[in-house]
Amino acid sequence: MATVRLENLEKKFGAATVLSDLNLTIREGEFFTFVGPSGCGKSTLLNLIAGLDEASAGKIFFDEQVVNPLPPRERDVAMVFQSYALYPHLSVRENIAFPLRMRKTPASEIAARVQEVAGLLGIEELLGRKPRELSGGQRQRVALGRALVRKPKVFLMDEPLSNLDARLRLEMRTEIKRLHLEFPITTIYVTHDQSEALTLSDRMAVISRGIIAQCGTPQEIYAGPADLFVAQFIGTPPMNILAAELAEGCLAIGSERLPLPERASSGAGMRAAVKAGIRPEDITLEPDRRSGTLVGTLILTEPVGPEVWVKFSWRGNVLCAKAPPDYRNAPGAEVPFRFRAQKFHLFDAESGQRRGGPQS
Amino acid sequence: MSSRYAGHLLVLPALGILGLLALGPILWALWLSFQRRLLIFDISRFVGLENYWIALHDPRFWQSLLNTAYFTAVSVTAEIILGMAIALLIRHSFRGRGWVRAALLVPWAIPTVVSARMWEWMYNADFGFINFLLLRSGLVSSPLNWLGDRTLALHAAILMDVWKTTPFAAFLLSAALMTIPRDLYQAAQVDGAGAWAVFRRLTLPLLRPALLVVLLFRTLDAFRVFDAIYVLTGGGPANTTETLSVYTYKTLFQTLQFGYGSTLAVLTFLCVLLTSLAYLRFLRREIAY
Repeated sequence: MATVRLENLEKKFGAATVLSDLNLTIREGEFFTFVGPSGCGKSTLLNLIAGLDEASAGKIFFDEQVVNPLPPRERDVAMVFQSYALYPHLSVRENIAFPLRMRKTPASEIAARVQEVAGLLGIEELLGRKPRELSGGQRQRVALGRALVRKPKVFLMDEPLSNLDARLRLEMRTEIKRLHLEFPITTIYVTHDQSEALTLSDRMAVISRGIIAQCGTPQEIYAGPADLFVAQFIGTPPMNILAAELAEGCLAIGSERLPLPERASSGAGMRAAVKAGIRPEDITLEPDRRSGTLVGTLILTEPVGPEVWVKFSWRGNVLCAKAPPDYRNAPGAEVPFRFRAQKFHLFDAESGQRRGGPQS
Repeated sequence: MSSRYAGHLLVLPALGILGLLALGPILWALWLSFQRRLLIFDISRFVGLENYWIALHDPRFWQSLLNTAYFTAVSVTAEIILGMAIALLIRHSFRGRGWVRAALLVPWAIPTVVSARMWEWMYNADFGFINFLLLRSGLVSSPLNWLGDRTLALHAAILMDVWKTTPFAAFLLSAALMTIPRDLYQAAQVDGAGAWAVFRRLTLPLLRPALLVVLLFRTLDAFRVFDAIYVLTGGGPANTTETLSVYTYKTLFQTLQFGYGSTLAVLTFLCVLLTSLAYLRFLRREIAY
């Protein structure tokens, strides 16, 4: 178990900067996730921590030790790959035993440890098989087993669930969380799937174009996205964003004036262009027109089971709201609705940075 | 007429031509091998297995079989080891890799007869480039008679064959190397494998099928070696470089012993057949990953 600390970490491929000036401390025993769209540099970051790639500048600490010059095998990390990377010519038993064998562990201990890990993951009856005889979920378990068997300082997982179908992904997500509760080894997890990041992490960092856009607990990030990118990246369906103006403590969207809570009004009398974000669950659909409701036009509905996502247009914006599962309406119908105005997130129109603190 | 019969009927001409051009001559050679047939003395009669009996007691046959086996074993081993080394070296990208690859192909692209002539001159005892280098560098004090020395000649032929066909092994193995996913190497590194362990426990086992294919192709080719040796040494000195193919050729077309020559050809064929069967047994045990 170790604390992992990144100090001014930077990675360039030729002229392209992939990661710039990263500073971060991942605490001992923490489940930490890097989440971001593909190509944001998160997998490169994981490779730097593993030692599979060299940093262009900056330092990586495991506890107090700088590990930059160490090859992967001297860093005592274990890694689970998106493709699982199981050795195709070795049986499941030999795959799991591989890291121990490389470290010259006595045969009797290897056998005992493999058995123990296989029991933990429920794959005892697969030990004699070759990887190609396994299903995706089983391969994933073997890959986890190979990483777990050594009890490393740090666990690295590179999109381990991406190759699984939706149902198995949920199952393995639970499994990974259970394993982390049972063995609280420092875990660094990389994913492009924000819902995975939200459900698994103790803390997470949202990465965008090689920099950390925001770092915090899932709750903090969901409740107070630091900028427009995070606001739109985290949450399903994504947050609605409207062009608006701040004026006299009100939010002006076209001719509509919406009252704002205290925190957001920055200096009375000042007008400022902002982007106003509101999550789908903070738009209330009303049964009919009444005083104070706004009216949009229904585009389409997406039933997702426990709720229905209602997409409608309003003053040139496309908005998404959540409705109960029995919501029925035809495209083109009127959609009376209300914003829960105190739930607005305000972002500077130019920089995209958040204005004001997290909402209540 | 059902479509199945029609199908058979349509294949018939092709089968006929194949039979005439491939199977026919093979069976004819087999038939000849049971005959005593000397054109110069106008002798032609059936003798059953007598030719085979003669071959088994013919020291020149055994010598040529031994030469062939030695040539095959040494050259194929060297080609596979060198080919593997080259494949591993050109796996990583570096400046000018394209040129190195193209240069590697040159020996393989030159017709054997041409390269044999070229090497013959390089081996020339008085004017050859190799002796020139050896004398200049002081490695030998007097010129070596590369193609005239009983032990040197066969090794000279082997060296030329290695030069010529190592690229084949290198390219096949390099193609196979490229099919090994990068993730596996990374996983092995993280799991604690050093360079040697990665090679021995990962690269080598995963290359096994490709290695067996190279081995099969090269063994069969080397076992039937003819043009390289025939041009380079003509089988001499004192038959020390005479391989089965060269001996067969000489018997058939220089002394016109059609019966005995065919026997030698059939025996060569049997050797090649047995080797292939042995390899194929190995290959079949290989599993697709």
